[in-house]
Amino acid sequence: MGVIHVTDRAGQRHTLEAIEGWRVMEIIRDWGLPIEGLCGGACECATCHVFVDEQWLDKLYPPTEEEEDQLDTVVTKPNSRLSCQIIWTPELDGLEVTLAPTGN
Amino acid sequence: MTDHIETDVVIIGAGPVGLFAVFELGLLDIKCHLIDILPKVGGQCAELYPEKPIYDIPGFPMVTGQGLVDNLMAQIEPFHPTFHLNEMVESLESIGTPEAPRFRVKTSENGTTFECKAVIIAAGGGSFQPKKPPIDGIESYEGTGVYYAVRKMEMFRNKRVLIVGGGDSALDWTVNLQPIAKRLTLLHRRDAFRAAPHTVEKMRSLVASGDMDLHLGQVSALKGDAPVLEGAVIRKDDGSELRVDCDVMLPFFGLTMKLGPIADWGLNLHENLVPVDTEKFETNVPGIFAIGDINTYPGKLKLILSGFHEGALAAQKVHRYVYPEKKLLFQYTTSSTSLQKKLGVAA
Ligand SMILES: Cc1cc2nc3c(=O)[nH]c(=O)nc-3n(C[C@H](O)[C@H](O)[C@H](O)COP(=O)(O)OP(=O)(O)OC[C@H]3O[C@@H](n4cnc5c(N)ncnc54)[C@H](O)[C@@H]3O)c2cc1C
Ligand code: FES
Repeated sequence: MGVIHVTDRAGQRHTLEAIEGWRVMEIIRDWGLPIEGLCGGACECATCHVFVDEQWLDKLYPPTEEEEDQLDTVVTKPNSRLSCQIIWTPELDGLEVTLAPTGN
Repeated sequence: MTDHIETDVVIIGAGPVGLFAVFELGLLDIKCHLIDILPKVGGQCAELYPEKPIYDIPGFPMVTGQGLVDNLMAQIEPFHPTFHLNEMVESLESIGTPEAPRFRVKTSENGTTFECKAVIIAAGGGSFQPKKPPIDGIESYEGTGVYYAVRKMEMFRNKRVLIVGGGDSALDWTVNLQPIAKRLTLLHRRDAFRAAPHTVEKMRSLVASGDMDLHLGQVSALKGDAPVLEGAVIRKDDGSELRVDCDVMLPFFGLTMKLGPIADWGLNLHENLVPVDTEKFETNVPGIFAIGDINTYPGKLKLILSGFHEGALAAQKVHRYVYPEKKLLFQYTTSSTSLQKKLGVAA
């Protein structure tokens, strides 16, 4: 067991218990934070866009070409990732992410 | 001479669930018209994952999103449904009584009006609409300096145009508008484009010859006294900023689903979903049904197969509104000659 830290769009930080093998998007959604995850993690909607704390970026698998293509559909920063493409493992205990803003 | 289309049922949304409802209604001699804002049928299957495999459609060990849509279209062909694509259903008004419901449905684009005895809402996750990038104050420039689609190219003649995005729409409009724009700038987050290779090549040669600009980065702010756009501030990956002067910005970030006007139709809503009963999948308004991803009830699963089941049950109740005097006989397609005649397969 371990945790992830998620800062919501109002700037409030939440510590959520993580489950091995779950996508980070699923963990965030399961805890009821406002992440849409419209496509259910199929890398088709980019509604699970997060900013990953700099110190964690290198510990993640680099984005696939498919993820890069989806990231093209949102306003990114250099630390943008799709949280449905990050599978949680104990090495990611303490992972720190921020929910990206959504357009109207 | 009528100014509206008269039909039994209007189906809002031509996703997989709306399409299959045509079949279930057709078997009961109920005619329908389908309306969708997308230029094509198939909803999420066709728009979000046409090439991806689906493994949980009964009887199909594997079928792609588009494959399923093509099969559904072949299956409902005998019933000749009428499609109204590129049209958004704007209003739904009750003009009957609970015992004899009647509805007036209006679309926005061409202002088509329908009158019908029942409405089936198969609107899925909502209507597909262009994604709006989260940039402060962007709304105040919409329609004057910010456009999410190109309707008339002439509008952009002699304008300084900033196109944002890296897919087919962004690249197509880049090469199409470059000749008439005063100056065209393309902005994308990285130096890789997910568009037809010859269009990308054309863009690269225009950049090489100095006939347009290409920048890598994201828009961080818009400049100008709203509603008049004057420029955009671009943030590059290294943190530096750049100002691009422009009269119009065209962001092409793909599509997303929004509930849209459904919220204004007097239906009960629960977290943007329409509650229904599980016997008839009827909403709080008699004669208005909701099936597929748009509805909610205890135990709801957002699966295509659930939507198919919901359509079959809703059709039974719709029959009572369309043919109040007729008794409905339960029949199998395998053995009923009358059903087979409707399907055009009777011996
Ligand atoms: C990547 C991905 C993979 C999936 N995989 C599976 C799977 O393996 N198995 C499975 O069962 N399900 C899967 N799903 C879910 C499945 O696609 C949906 O359950 C299904 O598409 C719902 O169908 P629907 O007809 O209810 O709605 P949709 O497919 O959402 O279609 C609704 C249509 O209504 C239109 N519309 C809405 N409002 C209006 C309006 N006011 N005016 C005009 N048009 C309107 C929309 O534009 C849209 O075209 C997947 C979904 C995604 C995104
Ligand atoms: S949930 Fe759709 S891309 Fe991640």
